[in-house]
Amino acid sequence: MAELVAVIASTHHPFYYRASTATGEERPPFADEWVRKITAFRETLTKARPDVLVMVGSDHFHQLWLDNMPQFLVGKAPFYDGNFYNEEREFGLPRMLLKGQEDLSTYVLREGIDAGFDLAFSNELRIDHSITCPIITLRPQNDLPIVPIYTNIFAPPLPRPKRFVQLGRTIRQLIESWPSEQRVAVIGTGHLSLELGGPRQFGPHGPAPEFDQRAVEWISTGDIEGCLAEVTLDSLHAPGNATHGFMDFMLMMGVAGEGRKADYVDTYDLFHTMEAYFTWYPNGGPR
Amino acid sequence: MSKYLVNKFLYTVDRDPELVERYREDPEGTVAWWEERHACRILNCHGGESSTWVRFDDTERAALAGHDYPALFELGAHPFLTLTLFIAMFERDYEEPLGFQQEYARRLSHFSLPYPDIAT
Repeated sequence: MAELVAVIASTHHPFYYRASTATGEERPPFADEWVRKITAFRETLTKARPDVLVMVGSDHFHQLWLDNMPQFLVGKAPFYDGNFYNEEREFGLPRMLLKGQEDLSTYVLREGIDAGFDLAFSNELRIDHSITCPIITLRPQNDLPIVPIYTNIFAPPLPRPKRFVQLGRTIRQLIESWPSEQRVAVIGTGHLSLELGGPRQFGPHGPAPEFDQRAVEWISTGDIEGCLAEVTLDSLHAPGNATHGFMDFMLMMGVAGEGRKADYVDTYDLFHTMEAYFTWYPNGGPR
Repeated sequence: MSKYLVNKFLYTVDRDPELVERYREDPEGTVAWWEERHACRILNCHGGESSTWVRFDDTERAALAGHDYPALFELGAHPFLTLTLFIAMFERDYEEPLGFQQEYARRLSHFSLPYPDIAT
């Protein structure tokens, strides 16, 4: 069977690429420390020596639209182009091409549907910065095939937090039962507190530092029950109007497992939002 | 009221560089043209299969034609769509980095929780 060699949860700050590649006067003062943190985080994936990446993210009204909106969607294609015109325009993100791991997509879809998730699928999926950002930060050589999984954290009605955790648990079961000798890492990205297009946006910190502190505690200790006891679709409005992206962190807690402490934890308090980076090694350490 | 249609306008204009410029320069004309020619178009269908019933109400049309993003927020337009398109149109007019984004927050500062419902 395949081996789950790393579980990684991260924010997907679209400005990292521009900040980290800027030089001279263009380079923001926080860039060097950010690059240092990302380089250390990257090492946690490199050490796990994955062959395949399952990438969990969320389309930001790029290919998925309100006339036909899936809650959970799995890409099944030989390749995925990455990044859209408005992400080049606003964030300076580059066009990318990623290879797909189609046999694992096939397996996740068939077995995931049989396990109780009516997963949507796409045979021609252009992925956006929720998936390309972690490639840029964690695997910039972009040499591994992926299975993209999109969640709807954006267009209500949304699935409830518990459903995200359940999907995470199911993704783990599916990877560990995949008849293959491949080493698989799951990388999922979301947000801590975040406000976009509202009065609390683009402040000196994230809109709700106290929520961020709680969130980092839940994630780093694997406290799924504590998190589910407090986080609801309604409660997520309070820390910021885009904070429903935290549910992708909850999905990743489901992948990592109840009570499972993260093996690597780091954060970086930036303007606008707090960065957060977590790695779990399901089998006790990188091998 | 059609939050969906307001969102559809923001979405379709945002992804077309020419339309972004056209909306910046001539908001009233662009909104009228778009409602006449594109509002009914189902994005994945050809023109002969367009919808027959979608239209803005007067408040929505005025908010879009006036570049009035606080009004769009109040109407429940998706804040990510509004923000992204308005950054594309107006960030360039501000010298300080994030100057427009902070002005945008300031102009919405009279809103408190719960914010207008964005469900469509």
